[in-house]
Amino acid sequence: MTRTHPRVGPLVARTAAAPLDVDALLDDPGTGIIVCCGSGGVGKTTTSAALALRAAERGRKVVVLTIDPARRLAQSMGIEALDNTPRPVAGLVGAADHGGSLDAMMLDMKRTFDEVVEAQASPEKARQILENPFYVALSSSFAGTQEYMAMEKLGQLQRDAQAAGTYDLIVVDTPPSRSALDFLDAPERLSSFLDGRFVRLLLAPARGPARIMTAGLGLVTGALSKILGGQFITDLQTFVAALDTVFGGFRARAQQTYALLQAPGTAFLVVAAPEADALREAAYFVERLAEDRMPLAGLVVNRASPPPQGELSADEAMAAATRLRRDGASATAPLTAGLLRLHADRQRMVEREAALRERFAAAHPSVATAVVPALAGDVHDLAGLRVVGELLADQPS
Amino acid sequence: MSSDWPGVRLHVVTGKGGTGKSTVAAALALALAAQGKDVLLCEVEGRQGIARMFDVDPLPYAERRIATGLVSNGAPAGVVHALHIDAESALMEYLSMYYRLGRAGRALDRFGVIEFATTIAPGVRDVLLTGKVYEAVQRNSRNKGAIDYDAVVLDAPPTGRITPFLNVSDELAGLAKVGPIKNQADTMMTLFRSPRTAVHFVTVLEEMPVQETADGIAHLHEAGLPVGGVVVNQVRPRDLRVKDLAAARKGGLDRGAIRSDLEVAGVEVTDGLVDGLLDQARDHAIRRALEDAQRTLVKGMGVPSYELPRLSAGIDLGSLYELAAALRDQGMA
Repeated sequence: MTRTHPRVGPLVARTAAAPLDVDALLDDPGTGIIVCCGSGGVGKTTTSAALALRAAERGRKVVVLTIDPARRLAQSMGIEALDNTPRPVAGLVGAADHGGSLDAMMLDMKRTFDEVVEAQASPEKARQILENPFYVALSSSFAGTQEYMAMEKLGQLQRDAQAAGTYDLIVVDTPPSRSALDFLDAPERLSSFLDGRFVRLLLAPARGPARIMTAGLGLVTGALSKILGGQFITDLQTFVAALDTVFGGFRARAQQTYALLQAPGTAFLVVAAPEADALREAAYFVERLAEDRMPLAGLVVNRASPPPQGELSADEAMAAATRLRRDGASATAPLTAGLLRLHADRQRMVEREAALRERFAAAHPSVATAVVPALAGDVHDLAGLRVVGELLADQPS
Repeated sequence: MSSDWPGVRLHVVTGKGGTGKSTVAAALALALAAQGKDVLLCEVEGRQGIARMFDVDPLPYAERRIATGLVSNGAPAGVVHALHIDAESALMEYLSMYYRLGRAGRALDRFGVIEFATTIAPGVRDVLLTGKVYEAVQRNSRNKGAIDYDAVVLDAPPTGRITPFLNVSDELAGLAKVGPIKNQADTMMTLFRSPRTAVHFVTVLEEMPVQETADGIAHLHEAGLPVGGVVVNQVRPRDLRVKDLAAARKGGLDRGAIRSDLEVAGVEVTDGLVDGLLDQARDHAIRRALEDAQRTLVKGMGVPSYELPRLSAGIDLGSLYELAAALRDQGMA
């Protein structure tokens, strides 16, 4: 396929974003963790998998943690069984010659949570927690649990990798958060819940007969019982009391993972599509990462419309299509008119996307950017991932 | 043209991230607000997407008039109102509407219970959000002076979360086994399971979103929730004929003929331009073949489907009306 040169024109000339050098990032032995974040539906999973494959085939020992891959992609990587353990991916090209390897796993949120509880509490206590209705709901549906568990699994993988030397690069896909906050705040949110005033008050009577329930709490539990039913408070109290024993462990791990994310070996890639909403979310991510002093490597814009060849503008193409429909006598005239309209459509998309990217770059000029053109087909095998990896690396300098 | 959903008061719009569900929800609200009808468009995910789409200030927890509906057959259009629902406000409103908690109500806030209940107690958050939606559909005498809407459109959480989101009584089961909240959840389920509710899915013609739509429909069926239609969004232009598509896929288009057509059309022809057009034709043909395969899957889902074009210039208020008209013409509203 011939790659076209970027359009030269007023829109493109002002785009200040430096190209992202993906291969330099992947080849740098100092890069230990790559986190791909971004809003839902922008191709984070594909980007993560493509980066992991490319790194492995260039000689890194890689593990990729995916959240919710498309079924066929998961099958092609051999990870459709959700067992929460990294599995070797077969079919790599040239990785062995360079000492590279690729393992992949799909996150099982509930199981990861269960494992944390089991590791932190005595078997008796663990059973109590795992059976509590609050725990069941919290571990499977609390907004933020998935984010927290992805980070927890990342911490585990990193500790194992350091101990056993199994991996030198971990690539993490993140859950499709409703907002950037969910993902960065999940550890904080969980520990602030555990430290929360209400939770401490609920715990107070459990901690010793000497503590007298305050009048305020009596009012509160009274009101809650009235609305939610008495059993609610009892279950909640049991849950909180049982979880109390593992509080320390949770909080310490949340802080460790947070520190790990801030460490220089971590590189964040914000993934977006060339849509106003996705780029707005991306801008928000970039700002949040900077605020939290998280190392940002760059922005990946997926599914960009590839610029059409030739100098024909959208308006010229539409005018020509109209003339052809009116004057064209040949059998192929409708076809050619159709091609011209497609060209105009593509040209308009390219211009709109360039304007959106330019606006992003104007607000965030220091963010290196990789633009990945949309592929004609879906990506569902290693060959497809390899193509995406090449496109990621092949940025005009 | 009559609507496919005449008895439906609550239209729930879900879809995978990136498929444009908020856009479709907004367009549907405009389309429903024809012929003097009052429509409420609700969002529950704190994104203020409605405000951005309609170019108004961020919405508070109050019903605001945001747009005039689609004009239909010269009949006077109705009005679209919007409501941004957040769990904290919904809980406070609920408490003041149903309980005279007085000092205890303020204590709830002071002790962080409101925050606790809305951020962490799972299921409760969803019950509060859906509870407000329920109240908007089924106005009661406690909410004095409230508008009685002809239809309510909910820009709902994405496909993966929609069934637990609406299946509130199951979600609460085990947490609140008795008490007024439980009764309230059961009453809400009666509406959500009735033919007055329809859950519509938004998808694009790609493998994953279509698969998620099929899974989502199956989950709704299992939960006894009413499945509405499928809105296929961002459909590519269909400028090429079927036989041309087949030839384009194989690289078999007549280069010489296209070249002379371009000359007839007065275009300055270069080899690069012709190469570019042929490349685009091939990409387009491959995409179209994939789209057709996915469209067949959508048609096989056994529910009405509607198609909206991909707008190469992006979405603005004007284009929302265009999409609304397309939905009405296809019988969705």
